[in-house]
Amino acid sequence: MRYAMAIDTKKCVGCSDCVVACQTENNVPIGYCRDWIVEVNDGTYPQLEMEIRSERCNHCDNSPCVRCCPTGASHIVEGGIVLVTANECIGCGACISSCPYDARYPHPDGHVDKCTFCFHRVGKGQQPACVEVCPTNCMYFGDLDDPKSEVSEILKIRKYKTLIPQAGTEPQVYYLI
Amino acid sequence: MREEIITSGRMNDKIDPFLNIWHWEIPLYLFLGGLAAGILFFAAFYSIRGKEKEFPSAIEKAPLIVPALLIIGLISLFLDLNHKLYFWRLYTTIRLESPMSWGAWVLMIITPLSFIWAAIHLKKVYPNFKWPFPWLDIVEEFFIKYKKVLAWSMLVSALILGMYTGILLSAFNARPLWNTSILGPLFLVSGLSTGAATNILFAKTHLEKKTFSTIDLALIGIELFLIVHLFMGLLASTQVQIEAANLFLGGPYTAVFWVLVVLIGMIIPAVIEILELWKFKIPLLIPAIMVLFGGVLLRFIITFAGQTSRWLY
Ligand code: SF4
Ligand code: SF4
Repeated sequence: MRYAMAIDTKKCVGCSDCVVACQTENNVPIGYCRDWIVEVNDGTYPQLEMEIRSERCNHCDNSPCVRCCPTGASHIVEGGIVLVTANECIGCGACISSCPYDARYPHPDGHVDKCTFCFHRVGKGQQPACVEVCPTNCMYFGDLDDPKSEVSEILKIRKYKTLIPQAGTEPQVYYLI
Repeated sequence: MREEIITSGRMNDKIDPFLNIWHWEIPLYLFLGGLAAGILFFAAFYSIRGKEKEFPSAIEKAPLIVPALLIIGLISLFLDLNHKLYFWRLYTTIRLESPMSWGAWVLMIITPLSFIWAAIHLKKVYPNFKWPFPWLDIVEEFFIKYKKVLAWSMLVSALILGMYTGILLSAFNARPLWNTSILGPLFLVSGLSTGAATNILFAKTHLEKKTFSTIDLALIGIELFLIVHLFMGLLASTQVQIEAANLFLGGPYTAVFWVLVVLIGMIIPAVIEILELWKFKIPLLIPAIMVLFGGVLLRFIITFAGQTSRWLY
């Protein structure tokens, strides 16, 4: 099993619904976020191109954050989801420095926190909160090892990219372009 | 001209707009670790070569401060942790892939070694010193008997500790400035250089002063060579590495790095040491303090600048 997410940058309008849904679902402390909206404006007037996308931890296949963790608090569970066990984390910050996407943040309680792909929901067969609330239905979540899953199907027919592939982390959040 | 404007809705404390997760604690810890490694290395090295008579300060005196250095280092590492109550988790696993884990374990080995080393030399430095309990004399005798083994383990762990202070940072692919294998040797050599400088401060005889000032001179030479290579490597690499190098070549860290670290921390003390060795009478205290000052700043600047260097997307 290999969970992955595909996000359609052509459909995303940057409404931040996913951000709020995540904050509510996962009790993210006020002022912090596990996912966020990025808007890229490329070119000069009048040749402008805009891309809006929702970013989060990429649950990398080759995850530096897991490798550098001295306690094993950062670990990989079934489906390639990268998680942090709060009461094993000493808050040393190594994993925060190691993530090229800056997807992690220090939780005010001391441990490190980040997107879990809503591990507690997908285990029950539900979709991650962000995917479920998106009003434009621009996110797809599922198992890449299953050729019939929604993500596999959409990645077959659409062009896509990942973020900073040159960092070598093998990110598993795909952006449809 | 083609422009790209990126707007992000993320504003996490200590992450945005620039990573700011490590403050004074980590660079201080890196400096003290390097300094301790330097002092212990020279103590072990000259003791193995049987030079107790020639280098009493380096072997007996200077290592007396090392336990304190390491304890302060450990305290600052502890202060850096955000989830302090769980710090013991560091010692319930060994994770070979994690430099942090290596560091924690090396400290666990070298700190007791430094205590033992200091303890068996207390009587040499303070002849009137007596252990409060007689069984401590037996323990002392035991370790004096195995001093060679002690010295060899100290030599090896000192080298690992010194190297580790650089590798901790260079293992982070996500921060282009740190992600260069030069950092390990650079911090090791800088640690040895601060160790030699401390030995100059402690030295009583002319021979000891002269030896460590010559060693320090050579180490400064290697440091300068490594720094040149650091920038050659970064500049010959990809865009993100070039931008990392530019933090020091016109960017915000240019003046502090080249003036305070390279000029005051390396070149001027080297010149003073050369003049002193040649014929002038200059107290070696001056270059030694400058080297220590440069060593502290090198860690601080690299730690802070590295956090602002990043991948672009
Ligand atoms: S995005 Fe960052 S935190 Fe997430 S798995 Fe990759 S390296 Fe780790
Ligand atoms: S902050 Fe926590 S999860 Fe991150 S590397 Fe340190 S112990 Fe591991």
